[in-house]
Amino acid sequence: MNDLLEDLRRHFADRLSLLEPFGQHVAHLLYAADIVDVVSLLKARGFSLLLDVTAVDRLGREPRFDVVYHLYHLELKDWLRLKLQVGGDPPEVPSVTSLFKAANWAEREVYDMFGIVFRGHPDLRRILMPDDWQYHPLRKDYPITGVGPLPPLARE
Amino acid sequence: MADQGQSLVDPYTGLKAMELNLGPQHPSTHGVLRLRVRLDGEQVKACEPIIGYLHTGIEKTYEDLIFQQGNMLSDRADYVSPIINNLCYVLTVEKLLQIEVPKRCQYIRVMFAELSRIASHLVWLGTSAMDMGAMSPFFYTFQQRELILDLIEMAAGYRMNPSYFRVGGLMRDLPPGFSARLHAFLDGFPHWLDEYRGLLDKNPIWLDRLKGTATISLAQALDYGWTGPLLRALGVAHDLRKSNPYSSYEDFAFDVPTEQDGDVYARYKVRMREMEESLKIVRQAIDNLPEGPWHVANEKIYPPEKEEIAQSMEALIYHFKLYSEGFLVPPGEAYVGVEGPKGELGCYIVANGAGKPYRVHVRGPSFYNLQALPALVQDRMLSDVVAAIGSIDIVLGEVDR
Repeated sequence: MNDLLEDLRRHFADRLSLLEPFGQHVAHLLYAADIVDVVSLLKARGFSLLLDVTAVDRLGREPRFDVVYHLYHLELKDWLRLKLQVGGDPPEVPSVTSLFKAANWAEREVYDMFGIVFRGHPDLRRILMPDDWQYHPLRKDYPITGVGPLPPLARE
Repeated sequence: MADQGQSLVDPYTGLKAMELNLGPQHPSTHGVLRLRVRLDGEQVKACEPIIGYLHTGIEKTYEDLIFQQGNMLSDRADYVSPIINNLCYVLTVEKLLQIEVPKRCQYIRVMFAELSRIASHLVWLGTSAMDMGAMSPFFYTFQQRELILDLIEMAAGYRMNPSYFRVGGLMRDLPPGFSARLHAFLDGFPHWLDEYRGLLDKNPIWLDRLKGTATISLAQALDYGWTGPLLRALGVAHDLRKSNPYSSYEDFAFDVPTEQDGDVYARYKVRMREMEESLKIVRQAIDNLPEGPWHVANEKIYPPEKEEIAQSMEALIYHFKLYSEGFLVPPGEAYVGVEGPKGELGCYIVANGAGKPYRVHVRGPSFYNLQALPALVQDRMLSDVVAAIGSIDIVLGEVDR
Protein backbone atom coordinates (compact mmCIF):
# COMPACT_ATOMS: atom_id res chain seq x y z
CA MET A 1 0.00 0.00 0.00
CA ASN A 2 2.75 2.44 0.91
CA ASP A 3 4.51 1.91 -2.44
CA LEU A 4 1.28 2.63 -4.21
CA LEU A 5 0.67 5.82 -2.26
CA GLU A 6 4.27 6.91 -2.86
CA ASP A 7 3.65 6.37 -6.55
CA LEU A 8 0.52 8.50 -6.34
CA ARG A 9 2.43 11.27 -4.58
CA ARG A 10 5.15 11.18 -7.27
CA HIS A 11 2.60 11.42 -10.07
CA PHE A 12 0.67 14.31 -8.65
CA ALA A 13 3.52 15.97 -6.70
CA ASP A 14 2.29 19.08 -4.91
CA ARG A 15 -1.28 18.75 -6.18
CA LEU A 16 -2.04 16.02 -3.67
CA SER A 17 -1.30 15.48 0.02
CA LEU A 18 -1.56 12.26 2.00
CA LEU A 19 -2.75 11.94 5.57
CA GLU A 20 -3.40 9.04 7.92
CA PRO A 21 -6.05 9.81 10.54
CA PHE A 22 -6.94 6.76 12.69
CA GLY A 23 -4.68 4.60 10.51
CA GLN A 24 -6.85 5.24 7.43
CA HIS A 25 -5.33 6.39 4.17
CA VAL A 26 -6.66 9.71 2.95
CA ALA A 27 -5.53 11.64 -0.11
CA HIS A 28 -6.47 15.31 -0.39
CA LEU A 29 -6.63 16.66 -3.90
CA LEU A 30 -5.80 20.30 -4.39
CA TYR A 31 -7.68 20.66 -7.69
CA ALA A 32 -11.06 19.10 -8.39
CA ALA A 33 -10.08 18.77 -12.07
CA ASP A 34 -7.52 16.08 -11.14
CA ILE A 35 -10.10 13.61 -9.83
CA VAL A 36 -10.55 11.66 -13.06
CA ASP A 37 -6.78 11.26 -13.50
CA VAL A 38 -6.30 10.18 -9.88
CA VAL A 39 -9.14 7.65 -9.95
CA SER A 40 -8.03 6.26 -13.30
CA LEU A 41 -4.46 5.81 -12.01
CA LEU A 42 -5.77 4.11 -8.87
CA LYS A 43 -8.03 1.85 -10.92
CA ALA A 44 -5.06 0.83 -13.06
CA ARG A 45 -3.12 0.00 -9.87
CA GLY A 46 -5.77 -2.39 -8.60
CA PHE A 47 -8.33 -0.31 -6.75
CA SER A 48 -11.12 -2.26 -8.34
CA LEU A 49 -14.05 -1.08 -6.20
CA LEU A 50 -15.38 2.44 -6.02
CA LEU A 51 -17.41 1.97 -2.86
CA ASP A 52 -18.92 5.33 -2.32
CA VAL A 53 -19.17 8.96 -3.34
CA THR A 54 -20.53 11.49 -0.90
CA ALA A 55 -20.11 15.12 0.17
CA VAL A 56 -19.89 17.31 3.24
CA ASP A 57 -21.25 20.85 3.39
CA ARG A 58 -18.81 23.14 5.24
CA LEU A 59 -21.08 26.16 5.28
CA GLY A 60 -19.07 29.32 5.95
CA ARG A 61 -15.87 27.99 4.44
CA GLU A 62 -14.75 28.82 0.94
CA PRO A 63 -14.74 26.56 -1.09
CA ARG A 64 -17.89 25.34 0.56
CA PHE A 65 -18.11 21.59 -0.16
CA ASP A 66 -15.94 18.51 0.37
CA VAL A 67 -16.54 15.67 -2.06
CA VAL A 68 -15.42 12.33 -0.64
CA TYR A 69 -14.68 9.10 -2.51
CA HIS A 70 -13.98 5.69 -0.97
CA LEU A 71 -12.09 3.06 -2.93
CA TYR A 72 -11.13 -0.48 -1.98
CA HIS A 73 -8.19 -2.57 -3.12
CA LEU A 74 -9.08 -6.27 -3.19
CA GLU A 75 -5.49 -7.59 -3.11
CA LEU A 76 -4.00 -5.14 -0.62
CA LYS A 77 -7.24 -5.32 1.39
CA ASP A 78 -7.35 -1.66 2.25
CA TRP A 79 -9.47 1.42 1.73
CA LEU A 80 -8.38 4.76 0.33
CA ARG A 81 -10.36 7.95 0.81
CA LEU A 82 -10.06 10.76 -1.72
CA LYS A 83 -11.14 14.24 -0.74
CA LEU A 84 -11.42 17.39 -2.71
CA GLN A 85 -12.88 20.82 -2.08
CA VAL A 86 -15.27 22.53 -4.41
CA GLY A 87 -17.00 25.89 -4.39
CA GLY A 88 -18.80 28.17 -6.83
CA ASP A 89 -22.45 28.33 -7.81
CA PRO A 90 -23.27 25.71 -8.82
CA PRO A 91 -20.25 23.78 -7.56
CA GLU A 92 -18.82 21.61 -10.33
CA VAL A 93 -16.74 18.42 -10.23
CA PRO A 94 -15.79 16.14 -13.14
CA SER A 95 -17.74 12.89 -13.08
CA VAL A 96 -15.97 9.54 -12.67
CA THR A 97 -18.83 7.57 -14.25
CA SER A 98 -16.62 6.81 -17.25
CA LEU A 99 -14.34 4.81 -14.91
CA PHE A 100 -16.83 3.25 -12.52
CA LYS A 101 -20.51 2.68 -13.21
CA ALA A 102 -21.04 2.65 -9.45
CA ALA A 103 -20.53 6.41 -9.51
CA ASN A 104 -23.71 6.91 -11.55
CA TRP A 105 -26.27 6.71 -8.76
CA ALA A 106 -23.81 7.90 -6.12
CA GLU A 107 -23.17 11.14 -8.00
CA ARG A 108 -26.87 11.56 -8.64
CA GLU A 109 -27.45 11.29 -4.91
CA VAL A 110 -24.79 13.93 -4.18
CA TYR A 111 -26.33 16.19 -6.81
CA ASP A 112 -29.79 15.65 -5.31
CA MET A 113 -28.69 16.22 -1.72
CA PHE A 114 -26.06 18.96 -2.16
CA GLY A 115 -26.59 20.46 -5.60
CA ILE A 116 -23.06 19.61 -6.72
CA VAL A 117 -22.98 19.24 -10.50
CA PHE A 118 -20.92 16.39 -11.92
CA ARG A 119 -19.64 17.42 -15.33
CA GLY A 120 -19.80 14.61 -17.89
CA HIS A 121 -22.41 12.58 -15.98
CA PRO A 122 -24.67 10.82 -18.50
CA ASP A 123 -27.93 11.24 -16.61
CA LEU A 124 -27.70 13.81 -13.82
CA ARG A 125 -31.20 13.86 -12.36
CA ARG A 126 -32.56 13.79 -8.83
CA ILE A 127 -32.71 10.29 -7.42
CA LEU A 128 -34.22 10.28 -3.92
CA MET A 129 -36.19 13.52 -3.80
CA PRO A 130 -39.13 14.21 -6.17
CA ASP A 131 -38.06 15.45 -9.61
CA ASP A 132 -39.54 18.91 -9.09
CA TRP A 133 -38.02 19.51 -5.66
CA GLN A 134 -36.48 22.96 -5.41
CA TYR A 135 -33.83 22.52 -2.75
CA HIS A 136 -30.92 20.33 -1.74
CA PRO A 137 -31.80 18.86 1.66
CA LEU A 138 -28.38 17.93 3.04
CA ARG A 139 -27.06 21.46 2.71
CA LYS A 140 -26.53 23.04 6.10
CA ASP A 141 -28.78 26.00 5.30
CA TYR A 142 -31.74 23.68 4.64
CA PRO A 143 -33.77 23.52 7.87
CA ILE A 144 -34.22 20.12 9.50
CA THR A 145 -37.95 20.78 9.76
CA GLY A 146 -38.20 21.05 5.98
CA VAL A 147 -39.36 23.96 3.83
CA GLY A 148 -42.87 25.01 2.91
CA PRO A 149 -45.83 22.74 2.23
CA LEU A 150 -45.37 19.32 0.69
CA PRO A 151 -45.73 19.21 -3.08
CA PRO A 152 -48.82 17.51 -4.54
CA LEU A 153 -48.48 13.75 -4.69
CA ALA A 154 -49.41 13.11 -8.30
CA ARG A 155 -47.08 14.80 -10.72
CA GLU A 156 -46.93 12.65 -13.80
CA MET B 1 -34.19 5.36 -19.55
CA ALA B 2 -31.45 5.92 -22.09
CA ASP B 3 -33.77 6.09 -25.07
CA GLN B 4 -36.48 7.95 -23.25
CA GLY B 5 -38.91 9.72 -25.54
CA GLN B 6 -38.30 7.59 -28.60
CA SER B 7 -40.73 4.74 -28.83
CA LEU B 8 -39.37 1.38 -29.78
CA VAL B 9 -41.20 -0.10 -32.76
CA ASP B 10 -41.20 -3.77 -33.60
CA PRO B 11 -39.91 -4.11 -37.22
CA TYR B 12 -42.24 -7.04 -38.03
CA THR B 13 -45.53 -6.06 -36.45
CA GLY B 14 -45.09 -2.29 -36.50
CA LEU B 15 -46.41 -2.24 -32.95
CA LYS B 16 -44.91 -0.06 -30.25
CA ALA B 17 -43.03 -1.67 -27.38
CA MET B 18 -45.05 -1.82 -24.20
CA GLU B 19 -44.00 0.11 -21.16
CA LEU B 20 -44.89 -1.48 -17.87
CA ASN B 21 -44.72 -0.17 -14.34
CA LEU B 22 -43.69 -2.70 -11.71
CA GLY B 23 -44.36 -1.33 -8.28
CA PRO B 24 -43.98 0.74 -6.20
CA GLN B 25 -46.61 -1.31 -4.36
CA HIS B 26 -45.89 -4.77 -5.65
CA PRO B 27 -45.19 -7.77 -3.44
CA SER B 28 -42.26 -9.02 -5.47
CA THR B 29 -40.33 -5.76 -5.36
CA HIS B 30 -39.52 -6.22 -1.65
CA GLY B 31 -40.62 -2.85 -0.43
CA VAL B 32 -41.37 0.26 -2.40
CA LEU B 33 -39.25 -0.14 -5.48
CA ARG B 34 -40.65 0.99 -8.79
CA LEU B 35 -39.38 -0.37 -12.09
CA ARG B 36 -40.15 1.08 -15.47
CA VAL B 37 -39.77 -1.78 -17.86
CA ARG B 38 -39.98 -1.56 -21.64
CA LEU B 39 -41.07 -4.85 -23.14
CA ASP B 40 -40.92 -6.40 -26.56
CA GLY B 41 -43.35 -9.23 -26.11
CA GLU B 42 -42.08 -10.75 -22.89
CA GLN B 43 -38.50 -9.66 -23.44
CA VAL B 44 -37.10 -6.80 -21.39
CA LYS B 45 -35.63 -4.14 -23.66
CA ALA B 46 -34.99 -1.51 -21.02
CA CYS B 47 -35.42 -1.33 -17.29
CA GLU B 48 -35.09 1.66 -15.03
CA PRO B 49 -35.33 1.37 -11.24
CA ILE B 50 -36.95 4.43 -9.68
CA ILE B 51 -36.15 4.79 -6.02
CA GLY B 52 -36.74 7.31 -3.27
CA TYR B 53 -40.21 6.21 -2.14
CA LEU B 54 -38.82 5.31 1.28
CA HIS B 55 -36.50 8.29 1.63
CA THR B 56 -36.86 9.46 5.22
CA GLY B 57 -33.88 11.79 5.48
CA ILE B 58 -31.94 9.61 7.89
CA GLU B 59 -28.64 11.33 7.10
CA LYS B 60 -30.14 14.76 7.77
CA THR B 61 -31.76 13.61 11.02
CA TYR B 62 -28.42 12.26 12.27
CA GLU B 63 -27.07 15.81 12.30
CA ASP B 64 -29.76 16.89 14.75
CA LEU B 65 -29.34 14.06 17.27
CA ILE B 66 -26.58 13.42 19.81
CA PHE B 67 -24.35 10.46 19.10
CA GLN B 68 -26.20 7.98 21.35
CA GLN B 69 -29.53 8.86 19.79
CA GLY B 70 -28.11 8.40 16.31
CA ASN B 71 -27.82 4.71 17.08
CA MET B 72 -31.56 4.25 16.78
CA LEU B 73 -31.52 5.74 13.27
CA SER B 74 -29.07 3.09 12.16
CA ASP B 75 -31.69 0.45 13.07
CA ARG B 76 -34.05 1.91 10.55
CA ALA B 77 -31.79 1.84 7.53
CA ASP B 78 -31.53 -1.89 6.88
CA TYR B 79 -34.48 -2.92 9.01
CA VAL B 80 -34.01 -6.60 8.19
CA SER B 81 -30.66 -6.77 9.99
CA PRO B 82 -30.67 -3.73 12.30
CA ILE B 83 -28.04 -5.19 14.63
CA ILE B 84 -25.33 -5.07 11.96
CA ASN B 85 -26.19 -1.44 11.23
CA ASN B 86 -25.82 -0.72 14.96
CA LEU B 87 -22.43 -2.39 14.85
CA CYS B 88 -21.23 -0.31 11.92
CA TYR B 89 -22.36 2.93 13.53
CA VAL B 90 -20.95 2.30 17.00
CA LEU B 91 -17.63 1.09 15.57
CA THR B 92 -17.26 4.34 13.63
CA VAL B 93 -18.04 6.50 16.67
CA GLU B 94 -15.69 4.40 18.79
CA LYS B 95 -12.97 4.90 16.21
CA LEU B 96 -13.46 8.67 16.44
CA LEU B 97 -13.34 8.45 20.24
CA GLN B 98 -10.34 6.10 20.01
CA ILE B 99 -11.76 3.64 22.50
CA GLU B 100 -11.90 -0.14 22.38
CA VAL B 101 -14.64 -2.09 24.09
CA PRO B 102 -13.82 -5.11 26.32
CA LYS B 103 -13.45 -8.58 24.82
CA ARG B 104 -16.74 -9.86 26.25
CA CYS B 105 -18.61 -7.04 24.56
CA GLN B 106 -16.85 -7.73 21.26
CA TYR B 107 -17.83 -11.40 21.42
CA ILE B 108 -21.44 -10.61 22.21
CA ARG B 109 -21.48 -8.17 19.31
CA VAL B 110 -20.14 -10.83 16.95
CA MET B 111 -22.72 -13.29 18.21
CA PHE B 112 -25.64 -10.98 17.57
CA ALA B 113 -24.26 -9.77 14.26
CA GLU B 114 -24.15 -13.36 13.01
CA LEU B 115 -27.63 -14.16 14.35
CA SER B 116 -28.79 -11.08 12.52
CA ARG B 117 -27.11 -12.24 9.32
CA ILE B 118 -28.95 -15.56 9.56
CA ALA B 119 -32.24 -13.71 10.16
CA SER B 120 -31.61 -11.50 7.14
CA HIS B 121 -30.77 -14.46 4.91
CA LEU B 122 -33.92 -16.21 6.11
CA VAL B 123 -36.02 -13.26 5.02
CA TRP B 124 -34.28 -13.30 1.67
CA LEU B 125 -34.78 -17.06 1.27
CA GLY B 126 -38.44 -17.01 2.24
CA THR B 127 -39.41 -14.04 0.12
CA SER B 128 -37.42 -14.93 -2.97
CA ALA B 129 -38.77 -18.48 -2.90
CA MET B 130 -42.26 -17.05 -2.61
CA ASP B 131 -41.57 -14.85 -5.64
CA MET B 132 -40.79 -18.04 -7.55
CA GLY B 133 -44.12 -19.49 -6.51
CA ALA B 134 -42.90 -21.70 -3.67
CA MET B 135 -45.11 -20.78 -0.76
CA SER B 136 -44.03 -23.19 1.97
CA PRO B 137 -40.36 -22.13 2.46
CA PHE B 138 -41.66 -18.74 3.54
CA PHE B 139 -43.45 -20.20 6.55
CA TYR B 140 -40.53 -22.38 7.56
CA THR B 141 -37.95 -19.60 7.28
CA PHE B 142 -40.05 -17.04 9.13
CA GLN B 143 -40.67 -19.54 11.90
CA GLN B 144 -36.91 -19.85 12.50
CA ARG B 145 -36.40 -16.12 12.11
CA GLU B 146 -38.94 -15.65 14.84
CA LEU B 147 -36.71 -17.64 17.19
CA ILE B 148 -33.80 -15.30 16.42
CA LEU B 149 -35.99 -12.28 17.02
CA ASP B 150 -37.01 -13.84 20.35
CA LEU B 151 -33.33 -14.09 21.29
CA ILE B 152 -32.79 -10.45 20.34
CA GLU B 153 -35.87 -9.47 22.32
CA MET B 154 -34.60 -11.40 25.32
CA ALA B 155 -31.35 -9.42 25.31
CA ALA B 156 -32.46 -6.00 24.11
CA GLY B 157 -36.18 -5.84 24.87
CA TYR B 158 -37.09 -5.18 21.24
CA ARG B 159 -37.53 -7.51 18.30
CA MET B 160 -37.24 -5.25 15.30
CA ASN B 161 -35.26 -2.10 16.13
CA PRO B 162 -33.24 -3.25 19.10
CA SER B 163 -30.41 -0.65 19.31
CA TYR B 164 -28.70 -3.28 21.45
CA PHE B 165 -25.17 -2.08 20.77
CA ARG B 166 -24.30 1.23 22.35
CA VAL B 167 -21.28 3.42 21.89
CA GLY B 168 -18.79 2.01 24.40
CA GLY B 169 -20.61 -1.24 25.06
CA LEU B 170 -24.03 -2.84 25.02
CA MET B 171 -27.41 -1.85 26.31
CA ARG B 172 -26.98 -4.46 29.03
CA ASP B 173 -25.27 -7.78 29.62
CA LEU B 174 -26.79 -11.07 28.45
CA PRO B 175 -29.80 -11.95 30.60
CA PRO B 176 -29.82 -15.15 32.70
CA GLY B 177 -30.95 -18.20 30.77
CA PHE B 178 -29.84 -16.72 27.44
CA SER B 179 -27.16 -19.29 26.76
CA ALA B 180 -29.53 -22.24 27.14
CA ARG B 181 -32.07 -20.70 24.82
CA LEU B 182 -29.42 -19.82 22.24
CA HIS B 183 -28.09 -23.39 22.36
CA ALA B 184 -31.58 -24.72 21.78
CA PHE B 185 -31.77 -22.61 18.64
CA LEU B 186 -28.28 -23.61 17.49
CA ASP B 187 -29.06 -27.29 17.93
CA GLY B 188 -32.33 -27.08 16.09
CA PHE B 189 -31.37 -24.86 13.17
CA PRO B 190 -29.17 -27.23 11.09
CA HIS B 191 -32.17 -29.53 10.74
CA TRP B 192 -34.21 -26.67 9.31
CA LEU B 193 -31.44 -25.69 6.95
CA ASP B 194 -31.61 -29.23 5.57
CA GLU B 195 -35.36 -28.91 5.41
CA TYR B 196 -35.08 -25.75 3.26
CA ARG B 197 -32.64 -27.49 0.98
CA GLY B 198 -34.98 -30.45 0.78
CA LEU B 199 -37.79 -28.17 -0.32
CA LEU B 200 -35.77 -26.35 -2.95
CA ASP B 201 -32.65 -28.17 -4.10
CA LYS B 202 -34.46 -30.85 -6.10
CA ASN B 203 -37.40 -28.75 -7.09
CA PRO B 204 -37.30 -28.62 -10.92
CA ILE B 205 -39.11 -25.27 -11.10
CA TRP B 206 -36.71 -23.70 -8.63
CA LEU B 207 -33.68 -25.00 -10.54
CA ASP B 208 -35.08 -23.99 -13.94
CA ARG B 209 -35.84 -20.47 -12.86
CA LEU B 210 -32.54 -19.93 -11.05
CA LYS B 211 -29.83 -21.60 -13.08
CA GLY B 212 -28.30 -19.31 -15.66
CA THR B 213 -30.63 -16.47 -14.72
CA ALA B 214 -29.52 -12.86 -14.21
CA THR B 215 -25.83 -13.49 -14.79
CA ILE B 216 -23.22 -10.78 -14.79
CA SER B 217 -19.49 -10.82 -15.49
CA LEU B 218 -16.98 -10.21 -12.73
CA ALA B 219 -15.68 -7.05 -14.43
CA GLN B 220 -19.21 -5.66 -14.60
CA ALA B 221 -19.92 -6.55 -10.98
CA LEU B 222 -16.81 -4.71 -9.79
CA ASP B 223 -17.73 -1.80 -12.01
CA TYR B 224 -21.06 -1.52 -10.20
CA GLY B 225 -19.39 -1.72 -6.79
CA TRP B 226 -20.82 -5.11 -5.86
CA THR B 227 -19.66 -6.62 -2.57
CA GLY B 228 -20.75 -9.36 -0.21
CA PRO B 229 -22.53 -12.57 -1.28
CA LEU B 230 -23.11 -11.21 -4.78
CA LEU B 231 -19.37 -10.86 -5.40
CA ARG B 232 -18.66 -14.18 -3.71
CA ALA B 233 -21.08 -15.87 -6.12
CA LEU B 234 -18.63 -14.77 -8.84
CA GLY B 235 -15.67 -16.53 -7.24
CA VAL B 236 -14.11 -13.62 -5.32
CA ALA B 237 -13.47 -14.70 -1.72
CA HIS B 238 -13.73 -11.15 -0.42
CA ASP B 239 -15.15 -10.88 3.07
CA LEU B 240 -14.39 -7.96 5.37
CA ARG B 241 -14.65 -10.26 8.38
CA LYS B 242 -11.54 -12.02 7.06
CA SER B 243 -9.74 -9.26 5.16
CA ASN B 244 -10.23 -6.39 7.63
CA PRO B 245 -11.38 -8.03 10.87
CA TYR B 246 -13.25 -5.87 13.34
CA SER B 247 -14.75 -6.64 16.74
CA SER B 248 -12.47 -9.71 17.22
CA TYR B 249 -13.56 -11.62 14.11
CA GLU B 250 -9.93 -12.78 13.85
CA ASP B 251 -10.58 -15.05 16.88
CA PHE B 252 -13.16 -17.14 15.05
CA ALA B 253 -12.69 -20.00 12.62
CA PHE B 254 -15.00 -19.92 9.62
CA ASP B 255 -14.86 -20.30 5.85
CA VAL B 256 -15.83 -17.86 3.13
CA PRO B 257 -18.07 -19.77 0.72
CA THR B 258 -17.73 -18.92 -2.96
CA GLU B 259 -19.33 -20.03 -6.21
CA GLN B 260 -18.21 -19.51 -9.78
CA ASP B 261 -21.32 -19.13 -11.94
CA GLY B 262 -22.55 -15.72 -10.88
CA ASP B 263 -26.19 -16.60 -11.55
CA VAL B 264 -29.14 -16.57 -9.19
CA TYR B 265 -28.51 -20.18 -8.22
CA ALA B 266 -24.89 -19.39 -7.24
CA ARG B 267 -26.12 -16.55 -5.01
CA TYR B 268 -28.61 -18.94 -3.43
CA LYS B 269 -25.89 -21.49 -2.71
CA VAL B 270 -23.49 -18.89 -1.28
CA ARG B 271 -26.10 -17.53 1.11
CA MET B 272 -27.18 -21.01 2.24
CA ARG B 273 -23.61 -21.90 3.12
CA GLU B 274 -23.08 -18.53 4.78
CA MET B 275 -25.83 -19.39 7.22
CA GLU B 276 -23.89 -22.53 8.19
CA GLU B 277 -20.73 -20.49 8.71
CA SER B 278 -22.59 -17.91 10.80
CA LEU B 279 -23.92 -20.72 12.93
CA LYS B 280 -20.33 -21.87 13.54
CA ILE B 281 -19.31 -18.38 14.61
CA VAL B 282 -22.26 -17.99 17.00
CA ARG B 283 -21.44 -21.33 18.61
CA GLN B 284 -17.78 -20.36 19.07
CA ALA B 285 -18.77 -16.99 20.50
CA ILE B 286 -21.15 -18.37 23.12
CA ASP B 287 -18.85 -21.26 24.08
CA ASN B 288 -15.74 -19.08 24.44
CA LEU B 289 -17.50 -16.04 25.84
CA PRO B 290 -14.98 -14.26 28.10
CA GLU B 291 -16.03 -13.15 31.56
CA GLY B 292 -15.52 -9.57 32.62
CA PRO B 293 -16.87 -6.13 31.88
CA TRP B 294 -19.17 -5.59 28.90
CA HIS B 295 -18.75 -1.85 28.50
CA VAL B 296 -15.91 0.62 28.70
CA ALA B 297 -15.01 1.91 32.16
CA ASN B 298 -15.12 5.50 30.93
CA GLU B 299 -18.10 7.21 32.56
CA LYS B 300 -17.83 10.16 30.19
CA ILE B 301 -18.95 7.83 27.42
CA TYR B 302 -20.91 4.99 28.99
CA PRO B 303 -23.47 5.97 31.66
CA PRO B 304 -22.99 4.71 35.24
CA GLU B 305 -25.28 2.08 36.79
CA LYS B 306 -28.62 3.26 38.12
CA GLU B 307 -27.77 2.30 41.73
CA GLU B 308 -24.63 4.37 41.56
CA ILE B 309 -26.54 7.47 40.50
CA ALA B 310 -28.55 7.37 43.73
CA GLN B 311 -25.39 7.23 45.83
CA SER B 312 -22.66 9.18 44.10
CA MET B 313 -22.63 12.85 43.12
CA GLU B 314 -20.11 12.26 40.30
CA ALA B 315 -22.23 9.51 38.81
CA LEU B 316 -25.24 11.82 38.82
CA ILE B 317 -23.28 14.54 37.04
CA TYR B 318 -21.96 12.13 34.42
CA HIS B 319 -25.44 10.80 33.87
CA PHE B 320 -26.89 14.29 33.50
CA LYS B 321 -24.16 15.39 31.07
CA LEU B 322 -24.52 12.25 28.97
CA TYR B 323 -28.25 12.59 28.56
CA SER B 324 -28.29 16.34 27.95
CA GLU B 325 -25.39 17.31 25.71
CA GLY B 326 -24.04 13.79 25.17
CA PHE B 327 -20.35 12.96 25.00
CA LEU B 328 -18.18 15.25 22.93
CA VAL B 329 -16.42 13.65 19.99
CA PRO B 330 -13.10 15.28 19.02
CA PRO B 331 -12.94 16.77 15.51
CA GLY B 332 -12.07 14.26 12.85
CA GLU B 333 -13.58 11.90 10.35
CA ALA B 334 -13.62 8.13 10.05
CA TYR B 335 -15.00 5.44 7.79
CA VAL B 336 -15.70 1.91 8.96
CA GLY B 337 -16.82 -0.84 6.64
CA VAL B 338 -18.35 -4.03 8.03
CA GLU B 339 -19.57 -7.14 6.27
CA GLY B 340 -23.32 -6.78 6.16
CA PRO B 341 -25.66 -9.52 4.94
CA LYS B 342 -25.96 -7.68 1.60
CA GLY B 343 -22.38 -6.51 1.17
CA GLU B 344 -20.08 -3.87 2.52
CA LEU B 345 -21.97 -1.68 4.93
CA GLY B 346 -20.04 1.53 5.48
CA CYS B 347 -20.44 4.43 7.84
CA TYR B 348 -18.62 7.72 7.33
CA ILE B 349 -18.84 10.22 10.16
CA VAL B 350 -17.45 13.74 10.33
CA ALA B 351 -17.25 15.13 13.87
CA ASN B 352 -16.49 18.72 14.80
CA GLY B 353 -16.00 18.44 18.56
CA ALA B 354 -19.68 18.72 19.48
CA GLY B 355 -22.10 16.22 20.97
CA LYS B 356 -23.83 15.86 17.62
CA PRO B 357 -22.17 14.60 14.43
CA TYR B 358 -21.47 17.16 11.71
CA ARG B 359 -22.23 14.69 8.95
CA VAL B 360 -23.11 11.01 8.83
CA HIS B 361 -23.18 9.06 5.60
CA VAL B 362 -24.26 5.45 5.30
CA ARG B 363 -22.99 3.36 2.43
CA GLY B 364 -25.88 0.99 2.00
CA PRO B 365 -24.78 -2.03 -0.06
CA SER B 366 -28.28 -2.42 -1.52
CA PHE B 367 -28.03 1.01 -3.15
CA TYR B 368 -25.03 -0.09 -5.21
CA ASN B 369 -26.25 -3.64 -5.80
CA LEU B 370 -29.61 -2.46 -7.12
CA GLN B 371 -27.93 -0.17 -9.63
CA ALA B 372 -26.84 -3.21 -11.64
CA LEU B 373 -30.41 -4.52 -12.05
CA PRO B 374 -30.87 -3.17 -15.61
CA ALA B 375 -27.70 -5.00 -16.68
CA LEU B 376 -28.96 -8.22 -15.05
CA VAL B 377 -32.28 -8.30 -16.87
CA GLN B 378 -31.43 -6.80 -20.26
CA ASP B 379 -32.94 -8.92 -23.08
CA ARG B 380 -34.30 -11.47 -20.64
CA MET B 381 -37.83 -12.57 -19.89
CA LEU B 382 -40.03 -10.43 -17.66
CA SER B 383 -40.36 -13.30 -15.18
CA ASP B 384 -36.58 -13.21 -14.69
CA VAL B 385 -36.83 -9.65 -13.39
CA VAL B 386 -38.56 -10.99 -10.30
CA ALA B 387 -35.88 -13.65 -9.83
CA ALA B 388 -33.16 -11.03 -10.25
CA ILE B 389 -34.67 -8.66 -7.68
CA GLY B 390 -34.97 -11.53 -5.22
CA SER B 391 -31.39 -12.62 -5.77
CA ILE B 392 -29.76 -9.24 -5.12
CA ASP B 393 -31.59 -9.09 -1.77
CA ILE B 394 -32.37 -5.40 -1.52
CA VAL B 395 -33.82 -3.59 1.45
CA LEU B 396 -35.35 -0.33 0.38
CA GLY B 397 -34.82 1.24 3.78
CA GLU B 398 -31.13 1.05 3.08
CA VAL B 399 -31.39 2.12 -0.57
CA ASP B 400 -33.40 5.26 0.16
CA ARG B 401 -32.32 5.98 3.74
